[in-house]
Amino acid sequence: MKLVTAIIKPFKLDTVREALSEIGVQGITVTEVKGFGRQKGHTELYRGAEYVVDFLPKTKLEVAVSDDQVDSVLEAVSKAAHSGKIGDGKIFVSDLQQVVRIRTGESGEDAL
Amino acid sequence: MENQIFELQYAMDTFYFLICGALVMWMAAGFAMLESGLVRAKNTTEILTKNVALFAIACTMYMICGYDLMYGGGLFLSGVETTGGIDVEAALAASAENGFDGDSVYSGASDFFFQVVFVATAMSIVSGAVAERMKLWAFLLFAVVMTGLIYPMQGGWTWGGNSVFGMFELDYSDYAGSGIVHMAGATAALAGVIVLGARKGKYGSDGEINAIPGANLPLATLGAFILWMGWFGFNGGSTLKLGGIAVANEVANVFMNTNAAASGGLIAALIVARIIFGKADLTMALNGALAGLVSITADPASQTALMSTIIGALGGLIVVFSILALDKLRIDDPVGAISVHGTVGIFGVLAVAIFGDASFSGQIIGLLTIFIWVFVLSLITWLIIKAIIGVRVTEEQEFDGVDLSECGMEAYPEFANK
Repeated sequence: MKLVTAIIKPFKLDTVREALSEIGVQGITVTEVKGFGRQKGHTELYRGAEYVVDFLPKTKLEVAVSDDQVDSVLEAVSKAAHSGKIGDGKIFVSDLQQVVRIRTGESGEDAL
Repeated sequence: MENQIFELQYAMDTFYFLICGALVMWMAAGFAMLESGLVRAKNTTEILTKNVALFAIACTMYMICGYDLMYGGGLFLSGVETTGGIDVEAALAASAENGFDGDSVYSGASDFFFQVVFVATAMSIVSGAVAERMKLWAFLLFAVVMTGLIYPMQGGWTWGGNSVFGMFELDYSDYAGSGIVHMAGATAALAGVIVLGARKGKYGSDGEINAIPGANLPLATLGAFILWMGWFGFNGGSTLKLGGIAVANEVANVFMNTNAAASGGLIAALIVARIIFGKADLTMALNGALAGLVSITADPASQTALMSTIIGALGGLIVVFSILALDKLRIDDPVGAISVHGTVGIFGVLAVAIFGDASFSGQIIGLLTIFIWVFVLSLITWLIIKAIIGVRVTEEQEFDGVDLSECGMEAYPEFANK
């Protein structure tokens, strides 16, 4: 099992959610986060003086999937979150040791 | 029958005075909202405290001695007929003598009420400029001197018709107070900012000017709209009379022109900010509307609506450059009060000579007299306050916000970022 964590542009959230639903992903966790990558922050203007906003608002998506789903999830997120402009975000994949569905006590792939 | 008409005129002029006074009183709310919108959230409670307290202090000090210094109403309004009943026969005789086109005839208490809210307006101008770093009680002490002595003396030389310390009399035209109220308030603010210094972090060591964005632009916008509305009382009430067709038309002109000038100022400032900065800066647009209002305040009656729009637009143009210039001079004014009321106040007074029928020499001598008196007295007062209790909070208090150090409470405790 893998945990796919994607940092995307907030306005792409709906598109990504739809793309994941289409390939059968059952659950997504979304968090509003702030950060910067190579894009760095951006400048804003107040009364003629510029100031730097270091951390940009981004959306973090977490999806737990079985090993055979990983590639299709990566493809779906990459495609849906892509705008071609700087700041599109990144996807991280990490091993997931255990999953438990609290209501029923199921564990492992059954709980996904 | 004629006496009844005169009674009605008296009642109408008094009523008009009172309603306009109430509108000007509401400008205190405008200033409070504008200023609390343009400061950081950690300084909100203190700026609101300043705004409500200065209004009350202004009303009290003007009652004690200010009105007497300006118009000779006696200490504690002893010379003003208030509760002791009024000589109706004398009032009717005065009405008959003045007729519908002569001087105003109204209740003495209504005159005090209308004048006192102007003092509070002048003092409100100071609070925004010294925001975010001044000690609350230093500010309130200054308010006592400003509203009890500094403002009333120069108001007496101009509107009150007194001679300047018996030396000379002014030939100065200022309908509702571009100079007497607005520039006077801004001058006191300028002296305060010079004594106080800039907010920490506003100016960098190698000359850069840093932005310190205001916390709440909806509040700032509401404040500007409230001021815009209150200004109809400010300028409209300064006609001092409503009865009679000619006067009613003048009042209508004043309302129309006041509105036109604010619109012109806003449009000009918005466009200038867009051209210079590349973006439409809302705070500059709001300052522009207020600058338009200040520009027309010295002569809102005799201009056409088109000329008023142009005069207001010139004010809106001037205010943006004035704000940028003051920043270059490292005079830190978080809300732009010195530019809106001071620089543009001067323009408004001179506009009467340029576009109206006042003399340049009279306007300039008047401006200089007001400026020198207010600036010197304010500077002395600020320095005395600085020597006694200090004017500035400590660096740590400034970092934590003056809400905590001066008032002990936050404006938005549930959103505190701790």
